[in-house]
Formats: sequence, structure tokens, C-alpha cells
Amino acid sequence: MDTILELKKLQKHYSIRGGVLRRQVNTVRALDGIDLDIYRGECLGLVGESGCGKTTTGKAIVRLHAATAGSIHFHPANGDADMDIARVPRRRLKKMGLRSKLQMVFQDPTTSLNPRMLVKNIIAEPIRERERLTARQLEDRVLELLVMVGLTRDHLLRYPHEFSGGQRQRIAVARAIAASPEFIVLDEPTSALDVSVQAQILNLLQQLRRKLNLTYLFVSHHLLVVKYIATRIAVMYLGKIVELAPTDQLFADPRHPYTCALLSGIPIPEVGPRPARMVLTGDVPSPLNPPDACRFHTRCPFCIAICREQEPPLEKNGRGYAACHRKNEVPGLVATQYG
Amino acid sequence: MKTEHPKLREFKFTLYRIFKNPAAIIGFSLLIFFTVVALAAPYLAPPKYAHAPYRMPHKGFSPTPKAPSEKNIFGTTSGQYDIYYGVVWGTRTAFKIGLWVVCVAGVIGIALGVIAGYYGGWFDEILMRLVDIMWSVPLLVMAMTIVVAFGRGLNNIIIALILVEWRWYVRVIRSEVLKLRDQDFVQAARLMGVSDFKIMWRHILPNSIYPVLIMASMDMGSMVITASFMSFVGLGAPKGFADWGQMVALARNYIVGPPDDPLRYWYTVVIPGGCIILFVLAWNLIGDALRDAFDPKLRRR
Amino acid sequence: MSAILQTRNLITNFYTYEGVVKALNNVSITVRRGETFGLVGESGCGKSVTVRSIMRVISAPGKIEGGQVLFFRDEAKPDEAEDLLQKNEADMQALRGDTISMIFQEPNAALNPVMTVGEQVAESFLFHRTASLARDAVARMQDEPGAYGLSGRLFKSFLQKAAGQDPRLPMLKIADRLPLLRRWRKPLLAEALKRSVKIIGQLGIANPEEIIGRYPHQLSGGMKQRIVIAIALACQPDLLIADEATSNLDVTIQAQILDLLHQLKKTTIQSILLITHDLGVVAETCDRVGVMYAGTVCEVAPVRALFEKPLHPYSAALLNSVPKLHQKGELAAIEGSVPNLVTPPTGCRFHPRCDKALEICLQKNPELKRMAQDHFVACHLY
Repeated sequence: MDTILELKKLQKHYSIRGGVLRRQVNTVRALDGIDLDIYRGECLGLVGESGCGKTTTGKAIVRLHAATAGSIHFHPANGDADMDIARVPRRRLKKMGLRSKLQMVFQDPTTSLNPRMLVKNIIAEPIRERERLTARQLEDRVLELLVMVGLTRDHLLRYPHEFSGGQRQRIAVARAIAASPEFIVLDEPTSALDVSVQAQILNLLQQLRRKLNLTYLFVSHHLLVVKYIATRIAVMYLGKIVELAPTDQLFADPRHPYTCALLSGIPIPEVGPRPARMVLTGDVPSPLNPPDACRFHTRCPFCIAICREQEPPLEKNGRGYAACHRKNEVPGLVATQYG
Repeated sequence: MKTEHPKLREFKFTLYRIFKNPAAIIGFSLLIFFTVVALAAPYLAPPKYAHAPYRMPHKGFSPTPKAPSEKNIFGTTSGQYDIYYGVVWGTRTAFKIGLWVVCVAGVIGIALGVIAGYYGGWFDEILMRLVDIMWSVPLLVMAMTIVVAFGRGLNNIIIALILVEWRWYVRVIRSEVLKLRDQDFVQAARLMGVSDFKIMWRHILPNSIYPVLIMASMDMGSMVITASFMSFVGLGAPKGFADWGQMVALARNYIVGPPDDPLRYWYTVVIPGGCIILFVLAWNLIGDALRDAFDPKLRRR
Repeated sequence: MSAILQTRNLITNFYTYEGVVKALNNVSITVRRGETFGLVGESGCGKSVTVRSIMRVISAPGKIEGGQVLFFRDEAKPDEAEDLLQKNEADMQALRGDTISMIFQEPNAALNPVMTVGEQVAESFLFHRTASLARDAVARMQDEPGAYGLSGRLFKSFLQKAAGQDPRLPMLKIADRLPLLRRWRKPLLAEALKRSVKIIGQLGIANPEEIIGRYPHQLSGGMKQRIVIAIALACQPDLLIADEATSNLDVTIQAQILDLLHQLKKTTIQSILLITHDLGVVAETCDRVGVMYAGTVCEVAPVRALFEKPLHPYSAALLNSVPKLHQKGELAAIEGSVPNLVTPPTGCRFHPRCDKALEICLQKNPELKRMAQDHFVACHLY
């Protein structure tokens, strides 16, 4: 399959400085060695709980953060030589065309749109950065984009606060596609929205992906939303990917105990018999000093000796990957203990 | 249904919010009054010396003030300077002091504060330490140093005030910028490849300027009062200069009249002093109204 | 089953710059004894305003302008109701946190950062259970005279007074305001902390003795929410109101808290009024559900009936717009957005977004109609 992005051993550490001399006293390991291939045209879901590093991954790809170590290889669609996003100096990103090809939609549209700019200028900004157009052409382009996201000419000359949450998110999406990107990071794009509006945005994103041949990284904590939109799903826990599989396989046959717990934890908006709940004890450990070996062992109900000693590698499993020493036993264990 | 330009609509809304506040109406009326007086000064009080209109005309040198009469409608102060003339031209002086100090200190402070807040790092560190050092220098000491070095005069007072005032603007705008710097819309702009300068100009400044505007309007008043104080203690405008503070200073010995009639020379202090108070009051009321109008919590539903 | 709380035609308005926000328009719901009643809707539909009106904690520009909030205190006397809107503030304070208590969405906002969590749980006892705490203290001092040190000995008479009579005795009230005499409460605090340990332990927190000495920032999000629940449950309320109690928590932690509520439902709490926007939470925890839209209740039904056969077009559309585990095909979004409640649509407030709207929907506001056992709907289609 055609790969658009290759993440290799990606790390992002934040140092915590303290004391009078601002010495480094501790490190937050937000990302601790992520290996991930993203295929052109897919929508890869990235799920996990808060603090697991899913947003950090997204921001590292679009270079809002510089990674501490590792590489992010980007293969442009036009067949140009691939480049390592993590290594390009910040000043050259734009010149190399990376800025417009990698875009992001943020979680909360109330904070991601400049409150003092008109919608017209908000959407025109990325276009102005890329090419010189006359005012007339620019307006036509902006209008075209507005229509594409389901807004009209009336909305052109308004401020963001005059819109509802869903409409604002549409504007944010229009701004992201205005740069004509190949790849968009969607950072919880619907979690600040109401349920009825969430569906509008999800459908819009689906349409745009097909129409513009986009690749998405959909970051979310909501498994059902990810299930709806993503073709593959990566589950993260404490800065690591613990399981990566096509959506149907992940839901039908989860192999990591954490994935099982996440799946059984989502409240399902359906009545009728539901599978027994696998409630984890305790909280997510702090990324300041994550547990050794398998990071999940402190909360894992199936933990055995090897889990405390050795870190499980992300290994092939069916059409996906899982990082668990007991990945072949997990379905059985879940069935006997919680079934 | 909406035909007017949105900027106009927002502006109208802001005006509505400002003038909902009765204090603002008083403030703006006073300000308009002072502005008219300042602009019309040559007609209201034709200068005697065309080349130096700020020199107050005086007939005689008697130190005893004279009560208001037909010739001098506000009376004369010590040295027979005409109070009416001084008050009218003093309005111009007040505006001059306020505008110069606030504009220069504001521009310096905003530019440095935005850059320091946005980039952070060593520039920020050095600038903020410099500001800390500036904080430790009292205004009076600064003013005296400058006057000793460059001589007495209004211009030197203005320089002294600018030197102590810019630090306020740096602090206020820097803290605003720090809040905005990591906001999503700034990050989004960065993602689109917008240059740092444009980010500061288009995204950060318009969203951080309001606290500064409010402070500037309050400062217009307080700068005038500080300058008056310096004139009063003898560091500011020279004797005979049309400046409210200096006029109060002239009347220093006549604040209290003779024992049998302590209020005899009231006009020497009350008229220029009242001008100072009303001028400061006007700007403070406006500042308050702006604060209410721009308060993001109250402004948006 | 008898009702424990009933609102009748509750009307609450907010007076803002833009105009009067008609946040609640004749909201009538009934929570029965022993059930979990869910109130669902999108943001701005008035579900939070409803419970805030019930508890009379509506803030500044808001005003409760009509209706009744009936509270049936005594199970044995189902006809005797008190109207909470007629009560004075002191009575309401005695009621809040005692017979009706509430947990909020954001544990960080609900907990005081400069008090230990033990003290915060203890406050609830100190406020509502002074007499019983004093009785415990007196009893303990009989066994063990030096139990509370000096303050116990000095203020024994105070404690006996508080134990025997109304704790709101004027003498005790005055003592509370005087610097040294205020210390008569110290034995009470010790007793209250003991009870706090017990209740925190019941909520599945390991080593509660250690936890009560911690400050909120030393605890994780799930732990904080448990403390908030502990505060709410301290006085064993008849009704617990949970306003989006799990919305801000992570999936695995949310599962823990929902599990906890389930267990508590079996043992401690009688009735729960659960406010949420998450239909999943509703499906898992509620017995009956009220669906709200733009300040009106549009459907009230048993949870099964609602999910299997929603009657109101809004309920149906809402259910179709959330992704499900066995999602087939595209999600059906509800077009448009929630109306501005300053100028709500005439007639049925949902008609501009409703694909089944009739002529009458524009003119007349539909009333709640009974369609089946326990199933009510406010729609002109029926």
C-alpha cells in the first residue's frame, strides 16, 4: 500500500525544570518510541485516554512540536523525494511546502478561530500564504470552500462568535482544506460539539476525504466515533502504541487487555444485552515515571511475571499489531474472567 | 437583512455598550469640552506673545492675587498672571503631556512586550530583568536626575515620565501575549506558514490590545496629575508657563488667606486644581467604561 | 411507585443584554422513588437549568418565574408535598446536601483546593448532622474521658447541649462566632472525620485514612470525582442529582464511576436524577428518560421504549445521530442548529429542524400526551 507518513521510534520528552538554576529535574515522556505507518487515503484513528500522547503525536507530525528523537518521513503525492519532517528546520518548513500539505483541525472551534477576524479573512489566510490572487479570485475561492463545508455567502462577512459550535467547526475545516493539504490531523474535532451536530461534522469529514483524496489522522477518546470514521485504529497507552488493527478486527477481536477494557468501558447507546464490563482498577500512571517493562502491567488483570520484566514488542497479529506478551491468550482470558 | 459591514456593526455594538454606562457619558462630555477648549485656545484667549503662547501674560509683579473682575474673569494669581489664560492654554499642556507620554511609552512598551512575550527566551529574560530594575527606581528620583542633567522644563518631565511608564505597558501586554501565544488560533496560523511578524500583528495584537487601551486612558489622567505634582515641587514647567500644576504651585502661599478670611484667595487654587481633577476624572470614567465595554465575559453572551 | 420529586410547569428566564432567554418553558418531570431518571439533551436545552431551578441555585440574570417543584419527603405519605420554590433560603440550605444532594461535572471546581478532602467530606456532616455528631462525642467521652484532650473537657457542656437539643441553639450559634469558644466544635470535627473515613472507604478507595489528609490536587481525576460523590452521599440523601458527573472523565475511569453508581444504587441511594448528553450513559444506567429540547420536555419514556421505539421526531433523530456499536450506513445528522432561546420558534420549538412538521406545529405548542404506560410525548403527530 502507498504510505504517506512513516513514524519511526518517535519520541517527545518534555523536561520539567525546577529550582533557582532551572535545572532539569524530571522528564515527561509524552511519546516514547512510536512506530506507525499511515497509508495514503486512509483515516487512521488514534484513541487513548487523556495524557496518553495522542495529541502530541498529531502535533509532532504537523510540526507544532519538534520531536525529541526519531523520524517522521513524509512521501508527497507528486512523487517528490520524501523528507524527514522531524529534521527540517522550522524556518524551511514553509519553503519546502510542508506547511500547506500537513494541516490540523483543533478540538475547540471557539479557541481555534481568531475572534477578531472575519470568516472571509480566516479562510483566506492560508490561500494568501500560498499564492497571490486578486481580491476577486480570492473571494471566489473562499466562497467555494464555504459552500464545500455547507455554509453560504451570507456567512462570509461575520465574526466567529456569531456562529454555533458546529458552524464554527465547519469554518475551521474550511480553513484547513484551503491550504490544499494531503494530510490532516483531526484533533478531537467533535468532542466540543453537541451530538446532533457531531454527526454533521463527521459526515462532512467523510465526504471531504473522498472528494479531495485526503488522509486523516483522527485523534479521539471516543471509540464509537472513531469506529464510525476510521479505517484503522491505533490504541495508545502512556506514550506507546499498544494495539493497531483495522477497525473491524479491533472491535471483533481485540488482543490487548487495555483495548478490551476500553471497548467494554464505552457506554453504548443501545438497549439490550451487553457484554460484561471489564472495569480496570486504579488510574493511569503518571507519564513522569511510567512503569517499567509493559506499561500496562500495574492495571492489567492478566499480568504475569514476564510483563513486569520485559517490554512486549508491537508484533504482527492477524491484519494488525499488538504489544502484549499474552496476546494469543487474551480473548480466552477475557471470556473466562468477565464473560 | 444585514447589509452594514460587520466591522461597523461591531463598532456600533461597542459604542452601545460604552454609552449604556452613564459615567461614560459624563466622561466623554468632559473630554469633548476639554478638547474644544484646547483646540480653540487661540480664540478663547488670544496670546500676547505670538512666538510663545504658553507664557502667561501678566500686568505687574505684585505677589498678592487679585479677585475675579471684568478684566480678569478668573482673577489673577501671585505675580499677576491671568488665571483664565493659564487655564485655557494649560488644557493644551495637559493634552500634550498625556498624549506624548502615553503614546511613546505605549508604543515602546507594546512593541517590546509583544516581542518578548511571543518569542520568550533570552530576550524576554533580559527585558524583564531590565523592567525589574526600572521598577526599583522611584519616579521622583528619575525626574530629579533628568532635570539635574538636562535642566528644568516640561519636555524633560515628559521624558522622565516615559522612562518610568513604559514598563507598565510591557508587563500588561506581555502577560496578555503569554496567554494568547499557545492558543489554538495562533497555532493554526503557524501551521499555515504565516510569518511570525504577521502572527503578532494580525492575531496577537488585536486580541491583546484592549487591556492596554484601558490602561492608556487611565494613564492619560494620571500622567497629567503626576506632571502637575512635579511642577508643584518645582521640577516641571518654569514659572509663568501655562500649566495647571505650575499655577497651583504659584498659588502655594495663598492656599489659605488671612486669618479673618481664610477663603479669600480660593480662585488661585480651586480653578487650576479643579481643572486637573476634572481632566483626570474624565479619563478615568472613560477608562472604566472601556473596561466594562471590552470585558470579554460581559461582552459575549 | 410513588414520586419523590416533581416539577410542574417550571419556567425559568434569564435576563440578558440580547433579551429574555426563555431557558425553561413549562418543564414538568417526575422522579420516582427508587428509580434512576435520566434527563438528556444537547447543550443549551435546559437540562442543567432544570436541576438548578430545582435546587434553587440559579445565578444572577436567571429567575424562576413560575411553576412548582414538589418534593415528597415522606414515603409513607405520598400526598404530602412541599413546594421547594416556596421555601425560605435557610430551609433550602438545610435541604441541600442533606435530603437532596448534587454532584457536578467538574470535580476541580467542586472541591476547595486549600482544604483536605477529609475536611470537605466532614463539612457535610458538621453542617447537617451536628446533633448526632455531638451524641457520638458525648458517648465516647463517657467511655474515655480524655478522648478529645482539653477541648473535650472544657466544652463538655456545650457538647451535651448540642447532643440533647436543637444544634441551632442561640447559645451555640453565638459560641461559633467567638474566637476561643468556637473550639467546642473540635470533638465534632474528629467525629465527622471518622465518618468521612467510613464513607470514603465505602466508595472503593483503598486506605481512606491516608486519603482524607490529602489535598484535591494530590488526587487523580477519578479519585476526585469519588470524593465529590462521597460529599454528596455523606448524609444519605433521598435524591441524588448528578449533573454530567462522568462527562469529563476518561473512558476507563468513567466505567469505574458508572459501576460505582450502579452499586450504590443497590445499597445506599434511593433515587438518582442523572443529567447527561451521552446517550450511552443513559442506556446503561437509567430506568426512565426525559428528552429535552430548547427548554421543553419532548418525550418521557422508559429507557427501553425510548431506544427501541422513540416517538418524538427529535428523540428519533438524536438516536440516529450518534454512532453505535453496530452502526450501519451513514449517520443521520439533524440539520440546522439549536435555536436561540431569546426568540424561540413559535409553536413546537423543534419544528424548524423537524422533517415531519405539520401546519399546526408552527402555531401551537404541543402538550405532553400519554401514549402508552409511562410513555409521554409532546408532538402534534400523535
